[in-house]
Amino acid sequence: MSENKATLKLSGLEPLIVTSESNFVNVGERTNVTGSRKFLRLIKEELFDEALSVAREQVEGGAQIIDINMDEGMIDGKEAMVKFLNLIAAEPDIARVPVMIDSSKWEIIEAGLQCVQGKGVVNSISLKEGEENFIAQAKKVKRYGAAIIVMAFDEDGQADSYERRIEICERSYRVLIDKVGFNQNDIIFDPNIFPVATGMEEHNNNALDFFNATKWIRENLPGAHVSGGVSNVSFSFRGNNTVREAMHAAFLYHAIQNGMDMGIVNPSMLEVYSDVNMELLERVEDVLFNRREDATERLLEYADTVKGGEGKKRVVDLSWREGRVQERITHALVKGTADYIVEDTEECRLMFDRPIEVIEGPLMDGMNVVGDLFGSGKMFLPQVVKSARVMKKAVAHLLPFIEAEKGGKMTFSGKVLMATVKGDVHDIGKNIVGVVLGCNNYEIIDLGVMVPSERIIKEAIEHNVDVIGLSGLITPSLDEMVTVAKEMERAGLSIPLMIGGATTSRVHTAVKIEEHFKKDQTVHVLDASRSVTVVESLLGGKKDAFVASIKEEYDKVRENHAKNRAKKTILSIETARANKYEIDWKETNIVEPNELGVIYVEVTTDELLPYIDWTPFFRTWELHGKYPAILSDEVVGEEAVKLFADAKAMLKQIEQEKWLTHKGVVGLFPASSVGDDIHIYDPENASELLMVQHSIRQQSKKAAGIPNIALSDFIAPRETGIVDYIGGFVVTSGIGIDGKVEAFEVDHDDYNSILLKALADRLAEAFAEYLHKKVRTDLWGYAQGEGLGNDELIKEKYRGIRPAPGYPACPDHTEKPALFELLNATQLAGVSLTDSLAMLPTASVSGWYFANEESKYFGVGKIGEDQLKSLAERKDLSVEKMERWLSSNMH
Amino acid sequence: MKQDIKSILKNRILVLDGAMGTMIQRHKLEEEDFRKGWFEDHESPLKGNNDLLSLTRPEIIKEIHSEYFVAGADIAETNTFSGTTIAQADYSLESAVYDINFQSAKIAREVADEFTACEPHKPRFVAGSIGPTNRTASISPDVNDPGFRGITFNELVTAYKQQTNALMDGGVDLLLVETVFDTLNAKAALYAIDEVCDDRGVKIPIMVSGTITDQSGRTLTGQTTDAFLISVAHMDLLSIGLNCALGASMMRPYLQVLDKNSPFGVSAHPNAGLPNEFGEYDETPEMMAQQIKEFLDEGLVNIIGGCCGTTPDHISAIADMVVNYSPREIEKHVGE
Repeated sequence: MSENKATLKLSGLEPLIVTSESNFVNVGERTNVTGSRKFLRLIKEELFDEALSVAREQVEGGAQIIDINMDEGMIDGKEAMVKFLNLIAAEPDIARVPVMIDSSKWEIIEAGLQCVQGKGVVNSISLKEGEENFIAQAKKVKRYGAAIIVMAFDEDGQADSYERRIEICERSYRVLIDKVGFNQNDIIFDPNIFPVATGMEEHNNNALDFFNATKWIRENLPGAHVSGGVSNVSFSFRGNNTVREAMHAAFLYHAIQNGMDMGIVNPSMLEVYSDVNMELLERVEDVLFNRREDATERLLEYADTVKGGEGKKRVVDLSWREGRVQERITHALVKGTADYIVEDTEECRLMFDRPIEVIEGPLMDGMNVVGDLFGSGKMFLPQVVKSARVMKKAVAHLLPFIEAEKGGKMTFSGKVLMATVKGDVHDIGKNIVGVVLGCNNYEIIDLGVMVPSERIIKEAIEHNVDVIGLSGLITPSLDEMVTVAKEMERAGLSIPLMIGGATTSRVHTAVKIEEHFKKDQTVHVLDASRSVTVVESLLGGKKDAFVASIKEEYDKVRENHAKNRAKKTILSIETARANKYEIDWKETNIVEPNELGVIYVEVTTDELLPYIDWTPFFRTWELHGKYPAILSDEVVGEEAVKLFADAKAMLKQIEQEKWLTHKGVVGLFPASSVGDDIHIYDPENASELLMVQHSIRQQSKKAAGIPNIALSDFIAPRETGIVDYIGGFVVTSGIGIDGKVEAFEVDHDDYNSILLKALADRLAEAFAEYLHKKVRTDLWGYAQGEGLGNDELIKEKYRGIRPAPGYPACPDHTEKPALFELLNATQLAGVSLTDSLAMLPTASVSGWYFANEESKYFGVGKIGEDQLKSLAERKDLSVEKMERWLSSNMH
Repeated sequence: MKQDIKSILKNRILVLDGAMGTMIQRHKLEEEDFRKGWFEDHESPLKGNNDLLSLTRPEIIKEIHSEYFVAGADIAETNTFSGTTIAQADYSLESAVYDINFQSAKIAREVADEFTACEPHKPRFVAGSIGPTNRTASISPDVNDPGFRGITFNELVTAYKQQTNALMDGGVDLLLVETVFDTLNAKAALYAIDEVCDDRGVKIPIMVSGTITDQSGRTLTGQTTDAFLISVAHMDLLSIGLNCALGASMMRPYLQVLDKNSPFGVSAHPNAGLPNEFGEYDETPEMMAQQIKEFLDEGLVNIIGGCCGTTPDHISAIADMVVNYSPREIEKHVGE
């Protein structure tokens, strides 16, 4: 009855009681968008039913707590957390276990805490941002009634030694007990599990320090528990599951012996301690306990003996040059090494009767290996693009010989036409798909960017292509794709149509495109890695079955869409306006900008480097995960590290050889809101109206107390008589890029061409971030004391927002021309707009600045006909035209 | 100086009063009774909004408190079960919430003080009754949209803070968060109380009482009794218990769970059995006392009273019996 000592009590619908006698508590980790690509996809596509199944499977599989994490830049983490927790509450078979609310953002944690009736766990808080913040958060957690994971992290960084671990944990504990009054049994420490046997001496004590710190915590901090993510420890043995499983088993065994009582462990990557081979166990434990000088070498030696087929060579050697020519070619293609490819290709050419046979034989055989490895997830996109570079070099060497030969012609598996649609200039994704298909022996007819539908149809007929692939990034491209589909139907083309690109979706394809093109099948392709399977299915003998399954799938998508649509209630615009976001204009702090009017800004690459957000860069390459964790990711870490090194090297060149020029323009103006519009005035003459920004208001029905927001709500209404301000900006990092890209393409180097484009995009985003900071701290100057690191910038912790036209808070692209005119952006920054209002150069960012402390990002979502009419009227455009621009926002 | 309720609880079982609604029904009140002097011109009908009677017919409410004290109750509950802006919104009387709570607390306080003055050995206490509201934070009101919520945690906190402040201004000794069918609503109430106490720089004893809706032994939102206890145990409660829904005999297994696990006092205020086909509760005081005797024999409770259908006669029968028993030991359950 009285063993309450160190008893952690949690609850979902049912209790979970962890005592010193309990077995290790296993926390389910699949419902975490940063750890599970599948879960991330389900959340992104709002497939909540399937996402719930993931949670259910975990609980059925024995997870005693489920960790839920929605920290991903592409989704609204707070909304996703609330939605998912609310849905779980309706599923008794999931809700029976406690939840662990996992986020690096406090606002997501707090929103999560407001949704759970049981007693969950917060993961995590720490002293990272100082004691005051820590106390405030811990007090709230206590008031909400949850247990807490505390990371061994303080103002000076993450604890990486025994001393630092116990120092930080003890300090955190004392603050929690003495200053917050936290229940000692509800404190769980995560003293950081770091890799061992990395070859770096300073890592040798990582496991031992963890064990000792765990023991110390359990002995010296009454009540406290210890948790951690186990798979980190074996990081340096990725690819060698025998060793990893043994390491996990041994680590867990000793960690539990020392008092670790809960944690995240992937059960499929765990050997039973007593089943581990004795010799291996000894070597693993030598490493874990740092028992001998040569412990790492001895484990590596052993690892080599159990490597098996999947093992990767650690030493860079040239022994592969000793193999037969086919082996060498395959090796070069798989490894992406172009150094010897011309030599090896020439050797082959001399062996065969005709040069074409070299392509059809050894080169294609090698590419098939690449295709298989990619298809089975053993190679990743950056590697495949490098393989393509090697292949292209080899083909380029052979072409003159092929052409010299009468009737010499290459044979392909099929012909694919690729184009970025009219009005759009984004082509990274399209190029990647082209490369991947090219690797699989498809001939690519790439029409480039801004391709009108007439040309697509003409070229398709002329080249007699087998498939058409359309790509686009901005929302107006969705509409343009519908146009292409209609035109294809009219022209009577019986060619399958593939749709891809960032704003495209299965739902849009099924609901808006497919119906207009009956002559053949339309298919949405989620990413480059799917493109091969889709094309193969469309061209092969099983096309009928594939088409039937797609049709069935899209029918279901349409059905669900209709259901969801019916479920969403759209308010009348008047009602939505009456429920606007209310700011107390008497209380709010409006700061007059230091510099009013338009200012030109030019920066060097060097200045932008600290502002780069790397996570989207990796996403471009279909490597999913958060930077910097992605560099040590189990699956893609190795490739991410290589790609990152290449990116850094190229950045250095961009900087030193001045490949790119970064130009920007920013303007700050007096403004007031008039209804849903924002009137922007001349700083010199406040009665002179320079332009009107037309905001769009959220119109879907909200829960009680939640406003229907429009950007204009963040600017003081004219009738208050208060002078408020707004800013605008346009920046580009794309000036000078064309020449370089062309040079790479001439050299058949898609890899570097794509790399450069992706980096230019990142630099433009970094420029926007840099400029926003300059505006906050200097030009506008409302946050002079602000000192945020890059992490905080990426997490957008500062005051004020910079929403971009065409993005969720202001989805209307047609606001761009006026903004550009206001800032004289085309002349000053060299950025122009296409028909679809995409920016040229592509690596450009534009947007508005709002400085009010209550301003925040939001998505407009679906709007009704009445608001559409009102917008058309205010903007003096026809309703039809307005509807075309906002089609993806129409209910 | 009155004795501290926490220390009294160690020495004897305290008796909570019985139903307010059942007693009000006996007065056969009409629409005008609910309006008198306060809401004469209110546009919507108010009959049935019992909390208003503390304002319009305070003498009736005072009389009911007196009858229960005479019957032997140690604690009276204020007539504020629906005293939140959320519950009063049904009558468009959000603006009356402060008055309802303040006046209800005040009149109960007056009656309690009269009794304490006459019988100093048996001090009487006033518990501010905080009901669950008519919304649930954990369940969607729309079966087709399980992710939707009709009320948010923050909205509940705002409403409960207002009620708590008014009850404390009116002079209650303790607060009773009762008839909890959704633990998230109760957590919002506790959150509000904690904030109010922080703001005022005071502490107040808190009782929490849940409702088990059927024989599955779970709350409406699906929690088992022990999960419910764990979910509210982050607050230093005076007691945790069960009320309403079930009669005494059916409540027993769940009280055993609380007895076994609660580091706080344990309370019970069951209905007078289950309602019959006319919606009336017909368990007599003797029948109910007989069942409660089992709780006492087992030493399950520290606080005992009645909910729907109970009357001063029921409370009297319980109070007479309770003096012969010692309370459940609280200390044995508290951690080392």
